[in-house]
Amino acid sequence: MVQIEQDILAKNNRYAAENRRYFGERGMLALNLVSSPGSGKTTLLTETIARLKDDFDIAVIEGDQQTARDAERIRATGVPALQINTGKGCHLDAHRVGHALETLQPKNHSLLFIENVGNLVCPSAFDLGEAHKVVILSVTEGEDKPIKYPDMFHAADLMILNKTDLLPYLDFDSEQCIQYAKQVNPRIKILSLSAKTGEGMDSWLRWLKAELELQRIDYA
Amino acid sequence: MHEMSLCESILQVLEQQAEAQQYSKVKTVWLEIGALASVETEALRFSFDVVMQGSLADHAQLEIIEVPGQAWCMPCSRNVVVQQLYDLCPHCGSHQLQVNSGDQMRIKELEVE
Repeated sequence: MVQIEQDILAKNNRYAAENRRYFGERGMLALNLVSSPGSGKTTLLTETIARLKDDFDIAVIEGDQQTARDAERIRATGVPALQINTGKGCHLDAHRVGHALETLQPKNHSLLFIENVGNLVCPSAFDLGEAHKVVILSVTEGEDKPIKYPDMFHAADLMILNKTDLLPYLDFDSEQCIQYAKQVNPRIKILSLSAKTGEGMDSWLRWLKAELELQRIDYA
Repeated sequence: MHEMSLCESILQVLEQQAEAQQYSKVKTVWLEIGALASVETEALRFSFDVVMQGSLADHAQLEIIEVPGQAWCMPCSRNVVVQQLYDLCPHCGSHQLQVNSGDQMRIKELEVE
């Protein structure tokens, strides 16, 4: 008999800790964006980048099973983007993100968005070394997503309710959705916005700037 | 969720430990899986047999120790048992719960030769 007492995800967690140290040393803000496919993550990113790129250095790591389409959409905004194709995999892991950093070489004090594979299940368990997981839910998806996929909403610090411009055409119950999210995670913060019309974007930009500012503090 | 990649991680740990602990065959693996770890134990058993084929743990037995979910209820100031992350406190109905056990997935023990 051998006692080993090892966490199954210990290896991923070691790489995540390395990434976190990397971000910390450079005063970077790294965010792990998670959602189901089609929630509007990439549009939210391109709209966010357009509003922030003159004031901040931004870089993007894109995770998708196949194609480099999302990275191309990001590069069109003028910021560096690296596509990771996970192939058969359903999530990004910390090791692959570490490799991407070597290639991408993000600047000190920059904002790094890691757009995870569109999947509300697996990415919740894999720490990438990010400061926060941000879960994006679009109003076309149904208000019960937070309790159908509780792990992800439990792991996220911020939830963005996207595509609010479509609310007049849908039966989506925003209040109920927010209540479900808080039931799964009482600490979660929630923002409603439409990346397409720009409504509500201001709060999101202010959140990003405040979080970036926090990374610049040199603690003793 | 990703039971196949979890099994691949398990195999990596078994291979690493083989050198340190000087064994060449694994006969039984005990895993501790929390009720809130979002691991489907049936899928894990299936993937385990497939991933271990041809390795040092080929035909190894998988024993799963299930750990109940536990959370601290803030209004009640005590630990309560929860089955799901969206459960309410069974005593006061609050959702101000902080999970403090039952989200682990660990390799606990091995029977080797």
